[in-house]
Amino acid sequence: MTTFLRKTHPNTARLFTSALLSAAGMGASAQAIAQEEDPIKVGILHSLSGTMAISETVLKDTVEMLIEQQNEAGGLLGRELEAVVVDPASDWPLFAERARELLDQEEVDVIFGNWTSVSRKSVLPVVEELNGLLFYPVQYEGEESSENVFYTGAAPNQQAIPAVEYLINQVGIERFALVGTDYVYPRTTNRILEAFLKDEHGIADEDIMVNYTPFGHSDWQNIVAEIRRFGEEGKPTAVISTVNGDANVPFYTELSNQGIDAADIPVIAFSVGEQELTGIDTGPLVGHLAAWNYFMSVDTDANYDFIDAWIEYTGDDMAVTNDPMEAHYIGFNMWAEAVRKAGTTDVDTVKDAIIGVTVPNLSGGYAAMMPNHHITKPVLIGEIQDNGQFDIVWQTPSTVAGDAWSDYLPGSRDLIADWRKPMECGNFNVVNGSCGGSTAAEEAEAALAE
Amino acid sequence: MRRFLSLTLMCLLLLGITVTAQAQTDNENSTNDDAAALELLEALDVESYAAKGEAITAILQSDDERARDWLQALLDGRLQRTDDGRFVLVLENRGRDWPVADVLTGEALGEMSRRELDRIGINNNLRNQLRSAIAVVDLYSPSVERRLTSAERLLGEVDADLVPTLNDLIEQEEDDQVRYRLTQAVAIYRAEEGEMAGVEALDGSLHPRSRVALSRAANSDDPVVANAAAASLAGIEQQLKINRGLETLYFGLSLGSVLVLAAIGLAITFGVMGVINMAHGELIMLGAYTTWAMQQLLPGQPGLALVLSIPAGFMVSALAGIAIERGVIQFLKGRPLETLLATFGVSLILQQLVRTVISPQNRTVITPEWMSGSLVVNDALSLTLNRMFVLGFALVVFAGLMLIMRRTRLGLEVRAVTQNRAMARSMGIRATRVDIMTFALGSGVAGLAGVALSQLTNVGPNLGQNYIIDSFMVVVFGGVGNLWGTLVAGLSLGVINQVLEPWAGAVLAKIIVLVFIILFIQKRPRGLFPQKGRAAEG
Repeated sequence: MTTFLRKTHPNTARLFTSALLSAAGMGASAQAIAQEEDPIKVGILHSLSGTMAISETVLKDTVEMLIEQQNEAGGLLGRELEAVVVDPASDWPLFAERARELLDQEEVDVIFGNWTSVSRKSVLPVVEELNGLLFYPVQYEGEESSENVFYTGAAPNQQAIPAVEYLINQVGIERFALVGTDYVYPRTTNRILEAFLKDEHGIADEDIMVNYTPFGHSDWQNIVAEIRRFGEEGKPTAVISTVNGDANVPFYTELSNQGIDAADIPVIAFSVGEQELTGIDTGPLVGHLAAWNYFMSVDTDANYDFIDAWIEYTGDDMAVTNDPMEAHYIGFNMWAEAVRKAGTTDVDTVKDAIIGVTVPNLSGGYAAMMPNHHITKPVLIGEIQDNGQFDIVWQTPSTVAGDAWSDYLPGSRDLIADWRKPMECGNFNVVNGSCGGSTAAEEAEAALAE
Repeated sequence: MRRFLSLTLMCLLLLGITVTAQAQTDNENSTNDDAAALELLEALDVESYAAKGEAITAILQSDDERARDWLQALLDGRLQRTDDGRFVLVLENRGRDWPVADVLTGEALGEMSRRELDRIGINNNLRNQLRSAIAVVDLYSPSVERRLTSAERLLGEVDADLVPTLNDLIEQEEDDQVRYRLTQAVAIYRAEEGEMAGVEALDGSLHPRSRVALSRAANSDDPVVANAAAASLAGIEQQLKINRGLETLYFGLSLGSVLVLAAIGLAITFGVMGVINMAHGELIMLGAYTTWAMQQLLPGQPGLALVLSIPAGFMVSALAGIAIERGVIQFLKGRPLETLLATFGVSLILQQLVRTVISPQNRTVITPEWMSGSLVVNDALSLTLNRMFVLGFALVVFAGLMLIMRRTRLGLEVRAVTQNRAMARSMGIRATRVDIMTFALGSGVAGLAGVALSQLTNVGPNLGQNYIIDSFMVVVFGGVGNLWGTLVAGLSLGVINQVLEPWAGAVLAKIIVLVFIILFIQKRPRGLFPQKGRAAEG
């Protein structure tokens, strides 16, 4: 019980004191700024209850911490920042309602939010209609570029493709089991990977196994046995896992219980980070891999400062950081930089100003906002350690620019996104030279569904 | 992998005699030269993994007695370097400050922070090389267990250079199992080379490496060898099919036992008492969190904590059950729809309570050593231990419940009250008290299910949600009010699911089972084992 108290205490205490301070009118400097001009409102659209709360609550805390830091450094344009937190409760249609509330009633200047692709798709029409700004921090399946959304997580070419190349070139894998949860991100990613493996590396059909499981799947016995047999044919085999969220714990437990060792059949995961590993006893998982653009174990001073600030903010000595948190760190700094550059928080001006903005990331390099609203990122491959951290075993020599439209899917291959004038198009078809509108995206989706 | 092995073994061959000799003599003439040792370790601290590989070989070739410990520490990621260049052994790498010891002397150096330490990183290739290196050293180890592990590692990894060494070792070997593995390792090599002796020796062997070797031999140019290999393969395939069937059966029973555990508490509250308790899943969750809390209270003793969680989980969930019964359900007697809605509300409240008070994150529950891994029946069939324990636990809980319902006064009173409440009351039974006790019993059993599930799946706020539908499905399918029905229904649904899964996929298998139950209920609305006689009328 004491641990719970210790965990919640500093936060509540801070909230309480800050409320007290402002109520008593004692926060002189902050008060002075606030009186001159209204604060800049930052909307936070992350689930604090329901299934996705497990991943999204820390992102809400991250943005709040970044806002606090920015205010301590004097705010932005001489104005204070104010967080407006709403809870869409892991309910996809509710995301759209909450986004509308943020933009219409609260009139926020920017939104940081969403985790699942389906929630982003639900918010998309709202931010486009009301001309908002949304920073989306999670790795996703690509095939999208919206004028109002900035994708600070990885596109497939910044995570999945380099990871597979690592397996083929560095580890010498010849057989692939693509295992995923049954929804849009794994299905799209696996289509891209299958096309990539067959076309670029000549992997035969029989050397690719594809398997989908429902959300929260907990009985992995059969699938793991199938993977084991798939790997017993004498060729080096690896599992590419797009298994999402809660299903990972029983999956890894079953792997270790059936004696599948990372040295025999490594599993490379795209959705398992430090946060997910806090729920697993990682002893038996040592050596399994994950591909991300940031790991908590990155050895740079910027990262150690970020971790220290995070631990101080949460008041939890064991608090971990992860990739989407870094994406918010980058996204927040990019937005702040663009606002500073534009001298206003006006959405249209900021949208134009942010393209080309470059800010430091946490792994010792820089992230730049590309014209397609994706950013440049290094790709890191980490091996799980017994302390729940990743040991970085490989990384791309330079940063990789996010590709909104995959080069490996028919229909999507010919599309590019460029939001600079005069093109200003999210799905420009380079073959017929026209901005495809929704049809091109639909064609890509139709090709995907085939 | 084979490259590493043969390379390391070749090096060792030259030294092999020294190693054995050393192992046999006392540690008198130990060669622990610290300067040389430092130089060896220094070579590990380089960027390139290839260079690290060479450094590992160099350590292996040195006759320093601490070599195996260093390699093991390197493999575990515990060999690290401080900012001032000393090599240290990290004893415990959780949290931000780690206790360390000197690599050369083993002397404790206190705690150091992560910032001051740099780990000598390895990747999977090096991990393989290290395992092989340790295996090679262990081939000469006096411990039978170590020799067996290293012999098993050699299966499918043998090449021409190794065969004579292995033959020598086979002759010296005293342990039957180790000798069998070594012989098999040589036979696999021979079969792959297309030698008849190898093919003959592998007949009936179920090890996957043997099968790969035989299928290669079956493509041999020599028709005699090819035919023999093909015949062996056919026999092995037959054996494998049987083993696969047994494996599926085990998977099914194990999934079934989870269903039974989750549903059996509901079989009492819903089946016997007729209360639709949507918060049943959350009572399971409370049991799982109790296990986590116990492990927090008893750090370092996950096994003891787990055993103690069994009564503790029962009590916690039973008390929560009493609170729900007294606080909500007793006011809604005879109004099933309202009970359903109210308990659904309770379930949401409990979930959010856990999220706010503890954390929305999953909690780590450690599986004790004696419950992890699997029981090896043969080379093609091994049964996972954690699931075996859960299967056994489910049966014990079921037997216990049957005993309570059939042989105790409480059981008698429960049956009396549910059959005819008014009559039972007029016979002097305090019906309200029986209601409380029954609901507490059902809830407590849900807590037991939670303790077991903490070993199989996530311990998080959503744990209960995943099992509530399945639980109702099992109880309805088995026949409301019948404990035997719940057992048979749970186990058979588990087996059906696992049989369907390989060819239908996990998603479709679930749908098929659901459709099957819907159709079954249309035909027999009272489930597998309908209540008969007076109980059915109540």
